[in-house]
Amino acid sequence: MEPSVMKVAVFVTCLNDTMFPGTGTAVVRLLRRLGVDVEFPAAQTCCGQMHVNTGYVAEAVPIVRTFVEAFAGYDAVVAPSGSCAASVRHQHRLVARRSGDPRLAREVATISPRVYELSEFLIDVLGVVDVGAYFPHRVTLHPTCHSRRMLGVGDKPEQLLRAVRGLTLVDLPEAHECCGFGGTFALKNPDVSVAMGSDKARHVRETGAEVLVAGDNSCLMHIGGLLTRERAGIRAMHLAEVLASTEPGA
Amino acid sequence: MSPATFLGMPPFPVAAREALANSQQRGNLRNATRTIRAKRAGVVGEVDDWEQLRRAGAAIKDEVLGNLDGYLEQLEASLTLAGATVHWARDAAEANRVVIDIARRHHVDEVVKVKSMVTGEIELNAALEAAGISAWETDLAELIVQLGDDLPSHILVPAIHRNRSEVREIFLREMGKNGIPADVDLTDDPADLAGAARRHLREKFLRAKMAVSGANFAVADTGTLVVVESEGNGRMCLTLPEVLVSVVGIEKIVPTWTDLEVFLQLLPRSSTGERMNPYTSTWSGVTPGDGPHEVHVVLLDNGRTSVLADEVGRQALRCIRCSACLNVCPVYERTGGRAYGSVYPGPIGAILTPMLRGIGTDEATDSLPYASSLCGACFEACPVLIDIPEVLVHLREKVVDAHRGRMPGTVATTMTGASWLLTNGHRLAALQMLAGVSRRIFWRRGRIGRMPPPLSRWTDARDAPAPPRESFRAWWARTDGGRGARRADDDGRDER
Ligand code: SF4
Repeated sequence: MEPSVMKVAVFVTCLNDTMFPGTGTAVVRLLRRLGVDVEFPAAQTCCGQMHVNTGYVAEAVPIVRTFVEAFAGYDAVVAPSGSCAASVRHQHRLVARRSGDPRLAREVATISPRVYELSEFLIDVLGVVDVGAYFPHRVTLHPTCHSRRMLGVGDKPEQLLRAVRGLTLVDLPEAHECCGFGGTFALKNPDVSVAMGSDKARHVRETGAEVLVAGDNSCLMHIGGLLTRERAGIRAMHLAEVLASTEPGA
Repeated sequence: MSPATFLGMPPFPVAAREALANSQQRGNLRNATRTIRAKRAGVVGEVDDWEQLRRAGAAIKDEVLGNLDGYLEQLEASLTLAGATVHWARDAAEANRVVIDIARRHHVDEVVKVKSMVTGEIELNAALEAAGISAWETDLAELIVQLGDDLPSHILVPAIHRNRSEVREIFLREMGKNGIPADVDLTDDPADLAGAARRHLREKFLRAKMAVSGANFAVADTGTLVVVESEGNGRMCLTLPEVLVSVVGIEKIVPTWTDLEVFLQLLPRSSTGERMNPYTSTWSGVTPGDGPHEVHVVLLDNGRTSVLADEVGRQALRCIRCSACLNVCPVYERTGGRAYGSVYPGPIGAILTPMLRGIGTDEATDSLPYASSLCGACFEACPVLIDIPEVLVHLREKVVDAHRGRMPGTVATTMTGASWLLTNGHRLAALQMLAGVSRRIFWRRGRIGRMPPPLSRWTDARDAPAPPRESFRAWWARTDGGRGARRADDDGRDER
């Protein structure tokens, strides 16, 4: 299907909606620039991952119901979060099973495969690697666990960054190691979470980058929170915001 | 001296906090896991059909688990035919009693042991001790743990938390109390330490009348047990003593001798990062004039059938105890194994221990499924494709369900509230409005610093972002998705 005739929605995610609206607006600007008229179904809320991953699967049922109602009828749903996209694609059917409602299971089966993480949507659906961005900074990328291991996005975020004009991408040591956020893990096991995060933050500092980029604001909130506490002077920034950046006046 | 036990250990977050402060262990684990990860990656990378091997390993185990009753009967028959005596043990107490009875019948007051996870699981050493029988561990690292009256911290390298000068001190202090002492001028040179262990152990190998082992595999059609090891101590235990007792979990079965082909490739490459392990011992019952005169096999359930009854959790029974999941786990690397409060540490322990013991038994057990950031590195490494994150999430669901009906705690209340808020866009919008107002209270360069409990769990070590002036949905409604933007910053460019 041609991108221009596709009915595309942004699933901005509850965290971005509430705490990082700049990521959502960046997705909108970026997709419009690429000729996609993206919509925001206002009934949307959350993927339910926090509930599922903490064991509150019954409580996730109404959240998943809201999700399928909000996104029914769209050809593609774009989420600026590998973790939330992975939750929709891998966990919604578990939640539907728990609900015992076959209709919900059918709706989940229809909608889940149409949900894409941003870099997947850009490369796999739109077929673009160079999104026409300009970002003249030294950048390092944290490849988030769920986008890599659950979604299998591979090096897509990296490909997109490499095509950004002015951007210098530096390798992050031990890049594939988890940052330690892990949702409620950060609160249930704060000591281990911080031990993991401070190693990640140290590796980020070792790169000499000005900007730490990732496809998930949850991980960035954790690593970024450690970096600002240390007054490291490194900015945490979502991939969408880098890709939405253009030369002033462009 | 009665052996150390995992009983009564605190919940994972508490044990982990202490472990994180153990600088010796942190350093050892960092180095050891990094080295072994690199070795494993190297030898796995050179096998072209590694993914097929993993699928084959999983399929063979699933075949066994799906027809376990039949395979167990087949194994019993083939073992008996080969001259072994088969015993069935429902739980740890039954298994321990069988071993003690055999020891008593032969009037032995000591046994030598090959490193085995399952005898750790049933705490056989403590049971033997109580019956007046000494159990000598003969694996080097297991010996260090035993002499140091310590607990194991890794499946494969149980003394990974010790350094060599500690080992030297333990040997000097303890060996003499338990047999041949270490030379007074013992150095901490690894070869010297190994030499002391050899002399100490050799006396026991030559004297002991009875050995106890586990098994890595039990071949159903030939009645063969297999032990895979690196030091040769297993070979000594399995061939020298007159009586050999092997305690074997019922999930250790492989159907045929040829199936070993798959596992003898998967196991050494995943565990020690070697192409082949140094010693592979196999024995089928009794061979007159060669090896033990009496061979016993104790087939142990101890919770395995209830794991089998769990549709999602049963995949954990495929585990071949290679420890690859430990070595790639960022949580394990920092906490070490003892924080998991069980002989089975790391990711596999976090799923296996609660299933064997039963969810809802105690707080420590219920904390284990939460001892993971769900990063998925374990699943990626597991040679038999156990989806550990999937099982972790499944067990968390069971933990929560087991506590339903009791007084809801902070987490439960928060989760119920959050579910209500997140089921409806308008409710979420109202919350966001409140957050926008609170921004004025907490604002400090866009960051929130230290906060009182329970928020301190986040803010003790990390800043938190201050809520934005306006949520995304409010921006969308106000500007018609940026299409009606009149001011430059109304395209949402400003916020961070
Ligand atoms: S779960 Fe998999 S990786 Fe972990 S010890 Fe068992 S077989 Fe090895």
